[in-house]
Amino acid sequence: MITDSQPVLRLDGVTRIHGEGAGEVHALRGIGFVARPGELVAVMGPSGSGKSTLLALAGGLDTPTSGTVTVEGVELGSLNAKERARLRRTSIGYVFQDFNLIPALTAAENVALPVELDGVRTATARKAARAALAEVGLEDLADRFPDEMSGGQQQRVAIARAVVGNRRLILADEPTGALDSHTGEEVLRLLRARCDAGAAGVLVTHEARHAAWADRVVFLRDGVVIDESGADAADDLLSGKHVG
Amino acid sequence: MSIKHGLLALLDAGPMYGYQLRAEFESRTGATWPLNVGQVYTTLARLERDDLIASAGTDDEGHVMYAVTESGSAEVAAWFASPVARNQPPRDELAIKLALAVTVPGVDVPAVIQAQRTATIGALQDYTRLKRTATERLEDSDDPRADLAWSLVLDSLIFAAEAEVRWLDHCEARLARVASTRTAAAQAAASQAAASQASEPPAPVPTPSRKVRR
Ligand SMILES: Nc1ncnc2c1ncn2[C@@H]1O[C@H](COP(=O)(O)OP(=O)(O)OP(=O)(O)O)[C@@H](O)[C@H]1O
Ligand SMILES: [Mg+2]
Repeated sequence: MITDSQPVLRLDGVTRIHGEGAGEVHALRGIGFVARPGELVAVMGPSGSGKSTLLALAGGLDTPTSGTVTVEGVELGSLNAKERARLRRTSIGYVFQDFNLIPALTAAENVALPVELDGVRTATARKAARAALAEVGLEDLADRFPDEMSGGQQQRVAIARAVVGNRRLILADEPTGALDSHTGEEVLRLLRARCDAGAAGVLVTHEARHAAWADRVVFLRDGVVIDESGADAADDLLSGKHVG
Repeated sequence: MSIKHGLLALLDAGPMYGYQLRAEFESRTGATWPLNVGQVYTTLARLERDDLIASAGTDDEGHVMYAVTESGSAEVAAWFASPVARNQPPRDELAIKLALAVTVPGVDVPAVIQAQRTATIGALQDYTRLKRTATERLEDSDDPRADLAWSLVLDSLIFAAEAEVRWLDHCEARLARVASTRTAAAQAAASQAAASQASEPPAPVPTPSRKVRR
């Protein structure tokens, strides 16, 4: 595991309070969080513990009430809206809990959109989109619209959109929720491969079997990190086990 | 675990000697349940005594070989044909620990649950990494059967660990719900007491919040 390189994502003392007065909700309370290059970090915790809030802040979709979010050494709070949008398109891949596909665009167009928005030629962007769709096993459905696909297929389009164009930070909110166990595992394999190739990944999941693909598992409860589990012991296991 | 039946099943495929049996057993189960050579030889001695195996001479290097007898072969068939008994669940230390934690006063049950969850997910991470290497190895394996067997054993460990985490989540959610209904009931009781003090005489009808608690 890489430990001394600059983190791709860093949260310092991040608090997020929704609403105000009596209706105030403390979604996150002074969180510290790091994801390094090559690292896949899973976030687990009960419903309402702040997992999606953490991811939205990391992706620059929401701003903290206090504290700082830093992506690739750039503090998001120091960017104007345009700069932040650009960073989101080029460096951050985001898989939303509810997919967020654009209904009027085909699968390939949905995946190509962030690349095209970044000024890449349409033909090049479409080619990258088809390659990303192939990685999630959907090359044959590239020209379908979201409402012509199953939930699991839409979810895989959303994943293709997040990994297209080699983003450095991949944030995935329950990316396996609508998938059967085999397809879910394929998605984890893809995320894992992207991280092994140098990206940093943050995966929110309820499923222990999927969290287990991560290098670290961070446990949230009531907006606080309460525990963390690493996989350092696996190296001993790997060297000692199964001669044959 | 039945070492006896494990060894017998291996011998049913062809004669082998002691060290070889141990190596074969471990290559199929990934050394998850290691055997020592002493165990192998005492088991072989018992199997021979019971006429389930017989010594079959020595190989070129002088190893004493064993082979199944007819009744040994029948015993293997019967073992595969009958399910592993589930009528006596193995003693589950975690279930016992949690049952005691919720009943013994002063135990921080959520902390017990979280400590276990972290440990179990750590184990799950280890199994998952082993599984990934096993899956890669399967692709160009020179002993695909044994590698498949090991991979399936890992799946079994993964499913068991996953079930344990799901059960822990379930326990945590149940405890949280019990705690919140208790708080709500206490608050309802308090406000009811306050209301009955304010307006005498007290209303004789049972309040709905009471009914919900039943
Ligand atoms: N826009 C909002 N306005 C008010 N409260 C909000 C808002 N967004 C989230 N919250 C609250 O913040 C807390 C954390 O929400 P969050 O969506 O991060 O939870 P989560 O861990 O992702 O849960 P789940 O597993 O159900 O997706 C919850 O109590 C939620 O109700
Ligand atoms: Mg969420």
